[in-house]
Amino acid sequence: MSEHIVEKSIYYKIFGALLVGTALTVGAAFVNLHNFNIVAALVIAGIKASLVILFFMHVKYSTRLTKLFVAVGFIWLFIMIGITMTDYLSRAWLTYQP
Amino acid sequence: MTPAETETIPERVEIHAHHHPRLVHHFESMEQQREAGTLGMWWFLLTEIMFFGGMFLAYTIYRHMYFDAFADGSNVLSIWWGTFNTGILIASSLTMALAVYHAQMGGRKRVVLFLLLTILLGSIFLRVKYIEYSDKFEEHVFPAGDFRWPMAEKPGPPHNVGQLLVMLVGFHPDEEPQGPAEHGTSIKVTTKYAERGPYYGVAGQIPEEVADPGFAGHVRMYFWLYFAMTGFHALHMIIGIGLLFVLAWQSWKGKFSREYHSYIELTGLYWHFVDIVWIFLFPLLYLVDRHL
Repeated sequence: MSEHIVEKSIYYKIFGALLVGTALTVGAAFVNLHNFNIVAALVIAGIKASLVILFFMHVKYSTRLTKLFVAVGFIWLFIMIGITMTDYLSRAWLTYQP
Repeated sequence: MTPAETETIPERVEIHAHHHPRLVHHFESMEQQREAGTLGMWWFLLTEIMFFGGMFLAYTIYRHMYFDAFADGSNVLSIWWGTFNTGILIASSLTMALAVYHAQMGGRKRVVLFLLLTILLGSIFLRVKYIEYSDKFEEHVFPAGDFRWPMAEKPGPPHNVGQLLVMLVGFHPDEEPQGPAEHGTSIKVTTKYAERGPYYGVAGQIPEEVADPGFAGHVRMYFWLYFAMTGFHALHMIIGIGLLFVLAWQSWKGKFSREYHSYIELTGLYWHFVDIVWIFLFPLLYLVDRHL
C-alpha cells in the first residue's frame, strides 16, 4: 500500500468543522441542560477528537494494525475511567449504618 | 571474517546501490520503514493517553464528589481566552497537517513555511496561557501557597474580542485605575455557591455558622487539577515547538523528500495529539456550569 495523500480541501473542511464544534460547545455550555450539559460537552469533544484522529492524523487511511492500536488505546482509557466510576457512582446507593 | 562472509559483501554493496539512502538495514522497503515509524509513534501516544488519562480520571472523580466547588472554580476562568486559544490550537493543527501535506508532495519551502506558521500559532497559545496563569497568580488561586477563596477582585479577564486582542500584545486596559487588588476589600462572587466559602487560611472572617470549611479546599482541588492538566499540556506544546524548530531547520537544509519525511509526519501526529488533549480540557475546565 503506497502512502495515501489527503486532499488539501479535506483539511480545510475538517478545520471548519472543528471551529463549528468549538462554537457549539461554548454555546451549549450557556444553556441549562441539567445533567446533559456534560454529555453534550463530551459528545462534541468526542466528535472533534475523532475528526482530528481520522483525517489530520491519517488514521482513516492507515493500515488495520495502526487502527487497532488507536482503538486499543482509547478502549483502555474507557475501561480505566468506566470501572473506577462504577465504584464512585454507586457508593451513594448504600445507606451507611453506624 | 570468514571467507563466506567476505564473499557476500559485493552483493550487499550491489543492493545498497538500488535502494533509497535513508532506508535502514532492518527494513525491506521505504514503505515498511514508514509503517513501522507510524506504529511506533502511536505506541508512544498510547502511553501519553495513559499519562493524561490518570489526570482525567482524577478530574472525573473529584468533579463528581465536589461538583459545586468545581463549578465555582471553573467560572472564574476566562471563557474568552479559553475559546480564543482553542481556535488558535485548531488552526495550528491545520497548518501542521498542511506542512505534512507539502512534505508528501516534496515541496521544501512550503514545508518550512507551514512549520513556522505552526510554531507561531503554538507560541500565541503559550503567550495566552502565560497571561491566564499570571491572572490566576495575582488572584491567589494558585493552589500551592497563599490560596484564597472567594478570590479577590482584580482587573479581570477580557470581556470582548477587542480587549482580548489588546491584552494579547501585552497591555492591560484596566490595570492603572484599579491598582493591585487588596485582598478582602472586594470579593468576586461568581456563583451562588461562592458566598458560602470562607477565606482559606484566614479564619474568622466569615461567621462560623455559614462557613463550610471544606468548600474552599474543594475549589483548591479544582485548581490543582487545572494547573496540573494545563501545565503538562503546555509542557507538551513547548516540547512540540522545539521539535518543529529542528524540523524547520532540517527541511530548509533539504533533508526531507517525497520518499522520506517520516519525522515531519510523526511530529505531526504528536502535535495533533496535544491538540486532542486540549479539545477535552477546554470544555471540562472552562465550561462547568456556565449557565448559572
